[in-house]
Amino acid sequence: MSNPLADMEKPDVIFCIGTNMTECHPVAATRLKRALAAGARMIVADPRRIRLAEIADLYLPIRVGSDVALLLAMAHVIEREGLVDQDFVAERTEGFAAFRDHVRAFTPEWAAAICGVPAADIEQAAIWYASAERGAIYYTLGITEHICGVDNVQSLSNLVLMTGHIGREGTGINPMRGQNNIQGAGDCGALPNNYPGFQPVDDPRNQEKFSKLWGREISAERGPTKVTALAGAGDRFRAFLIAGENTVVSDPDRAHCEHALRSLDHLVVIDIFPTETAMLADVVLPATSWAETDGVCTNTERRVQRLRAAVPPIGMAKPDWWIIAQLAKRLGFAGFDWTGPDQVFNELCSVSPIYAGLDWDRIDRGEYQWPVPSRDHPGTPILHEGSFPRGRGLFKQVTLRDPAEVVDADYPVWLTTGRRLESYHTRTQTGRAAGIDYLLPEEVLEVHPDDVAAWRLVDGEKARMSSPRGSVTIRIKATRRSPRGTVFCSFSFDDTPVNLLTGSGYDPITQTAELKVCPVRIEAI
Amino acid sequence: MSTTEGPTIELDGEVVAYEPGETLYQIATRARREVPTLCYDPRLEAFGGCRLCVVEVEGIRNPVASCTTQATPGMKVRSSTPALEGHRRTILELVASENRQIEVDPLSGHSSGEFAALARRYELRPGRFAGRKSGASRHDDDNPFILRDYDQCISCYRCVRVCAEREGDYAISVVNRGFATQISTEFGGLLKDSACTFCGQCVQTCPTGALADRKALRAVDLPEPIAKTRSVCTYCGVGCSVDIVTKGERVVGVQPAMDGPANLGALCIKGQFAFDFVQHDDRLKTPLVRRDGELVPASWDEALDRAAAGFRAVVDQHGPEALYAIASGRAPHEASYALQKLMRAGWGLNHIDNCSRA
Repeated sequence: MSNPLADMEKPDVIFCIGTNMTECHPVAATRLKRALAAGARMIVADPRRIRLAEIADLYLPIRVGSDVALLLAMAHVIEREGLVDQDFVAERTEGFAAFRDHVRAFTPEWAAAICGVPAADIEQAAIWYASAERGAIYYTLGITEHICGVDNVQSLSNLVLMTGHIGREGTGINPMRGQNNIQGAGDCGALPNNYPGFQPVDDPRNQEKFSKLWGREISAERGPTKVTALAGAGDRFRAFLIAGENTVVSDPDRAHCEHALRSLDHLVVIDIFPTETAMLADVVLPATSWAETDGVCTNTERRVQRLRAAVPPIGMAKPDWWIIAQLAKRLGFAGFDWTGPDQVFNELCSVSPIYAGLDWDRIDRGEYQWPVPSRDHPGTPILHEGSFPRGRGLFKQVTLRDPAEVVDADYPVWLTTGRRLESYHTRTQTGRAAGIDYLLPEEVLEVHPDDVAAWRLVDGEKARMSSPRGSVTIRIKATRRSPRGTVFCSFSFDDTPVNLLTGSGYDPITQTAELKVCPVRIEAI
Repeated sequence: MSTTEGPTIELDGEVVAYEPGETLYQIATRARREVPTLCYDPRLEAFGGCRLCVVEVEGIRNPVASCTTQATPGMKVRSSTPALEGHRRTILELVASENRQIEVDPLSGHSSGEFAALARRYELRPGRFAGRKSGASRHDDDNPFILRDYDQCISCYRCVRVCAEREGDYAISVVNRGFATQISTEFGGLLKDSACTFCGQCVQTCPTGALADRKALRAVDLPEPIAKTRSVCTYCGVGCSVDIVTKGERVVGVQPAMDGPANLGALCIKGQFAFDFVQHDDRLKTPLVRRDGELVPASWDEALDRAAAGFRAVVDQHGPEALYAIASGRAPHEASYALQKLMRAGWGLNHIDNCSRA
């Protein structure tokens, strides 16, 4: 997030797109609700009539995968209505003239036909957002889990740059991170393109710095992404070490994924449960869990916070860092002589410029949001106040692309997947928490009541849902949360393995899977 | 404190500065007066319902509720007098007369001991009042998370107000008046059939245990003392601060940190109630190695040796480029840092990613 969570109570116009925040980030959503109670207006764009849509001032029920069309048309309106923040554009950005010419072709009427929402509503959204004193954008995987995920984010970024809604309190472009420490995994350099602190591996200065620090030559080539590695498993890639990910259930195209892991020569899994993925491993190493582990995590607003152990580890479980260090020592590698998590974290701080002002003791109360470049720095709740990392913000001329697969005669229904309030990802944790079953005993497919009738399905009965990659049986639930022609379910339940169906395509830059769009066929059984 | 720069009041004879807009309760609390309250939660709009926080203000005939009275310059305020203390004690005795029990198990919720603490402080005389009682417990609500024991309800409305003002769900409200007062969902049904999301905020602000954490109360008979450990929730990226509630070596519950920077006392159903996976029987308790096609328990030495040997064999045959590691977005920094260092410092490769692309 460019801005802190506390800022979510401060915008006068909120634009949520592709975020089911009341279910996936419920506590953050309480701040938006308070902003609304205090008089803010909210625009929500989402294919489904989610809770946020119900409390929005303006709801845009866009077709899945049509975000770029909506955002281009909003840019068109902002330019046409003279609502561009000319001072901001002049001082902080580049490429605006070409962008302005680019968006002139994309009228609200053009977008209306693609998105399935009225042109007047698109105009209203654009005018509200651009006219705001403090306009803020919030998004989640509904923006990124598309083959055009990067295009979607850049389209939002264009709106921000046009209106200057960035670098100030109550504004910004704010992705809500999904896992407790997914931000931290990136911060720590668990990325194929970055060392810790987002220092690019293909910058020779970084290569030199880390090769020197760690006493061996490190490749200056970006590593393959997980998607590439899974695709090459058993061929180019022969051994995997998977720490705390239930790849088999969480990833798209489950059959492909399971086959990939089975074809490895060697699979080591570190986890807290015998997950579907761990059961494929040659060696399974038991890690300590939350409440058993001292450590650090970074939340979605870049706040670096302490995790503390409250109970001793179960059985023989050990902290991840200890397991990895033991493995490194057995492989003859130097530099893994840590005796506690504080030493690991302090080493991270010493190599990461965004953590340079931090150490184990200084984060005790969770006051700091990175970057914290020096000991006397107070942290950075708001990013991009004076300039952007690249200097000037760059307008990108984005164009609309179809999803990897579109509905046709064989697969006439849009399936979009996501999460539910009561369950978390593949239910390795929430599925083992007493009482959750009371509210969410099984997965259901949300179908508009008119579609239930038109497709000769029965509410509450099971049906077969198929894509070119496989099929699952799933119970039908008639609900007006789904629009006509689009259905929804989560991927949480192993006995409804919906990721057998997904995996139609990947964003060419990030290789994020298009989990939000999958044409399917649904038949009564 | 300087008295010349801003407005002041006289509190129990002492000159105290304040910020315009502050209430007498806020000023008194800051000045370390222990003004009793039951309906007050600093995160909520002042309500003035319980009348315990009354103070005497010179020039005003009756005591005023300090939580709803804003200071004006030069006000002369007394926060504790024999009359006020007597008044407070009587109110507490009236409230206590309606409740089945005063002392409740602290596992009930974060604020559940507030009423009992005041009862002890004011040395309530049992049986002074007797008569009708308001609020009827909802024994029919079989949800596994929130006990609705309204026999213990004192109509402070903190639950209703936190649900509306903080959570924004408006799942519960107050119906009827006087002794017929009842906290209710719309149409009086079960919580699961209402707008309730089981976030637990009502439980954590309830000062009597009328609303209580059913999951935590399962551990009421464990003999060890309750301990709390400040940490961060394990679920989404919001990073809510929590207190992990333990008895001995058992995790028995979670309570929100009221001063958590990300959450200010809020949690959701997952953070509040889905904690017991930690000590679930399914946890991996030993390393496992595959032997004759089966995963079987092994010692750490054996498992680590096997893991290392497997990697070494692949490197010998195919080179280190055949290795790949996936870090977790669920594990702490130290896990991700160690894993990327293993790949880079060990094999010189950037063959590392995390689960954010799924």
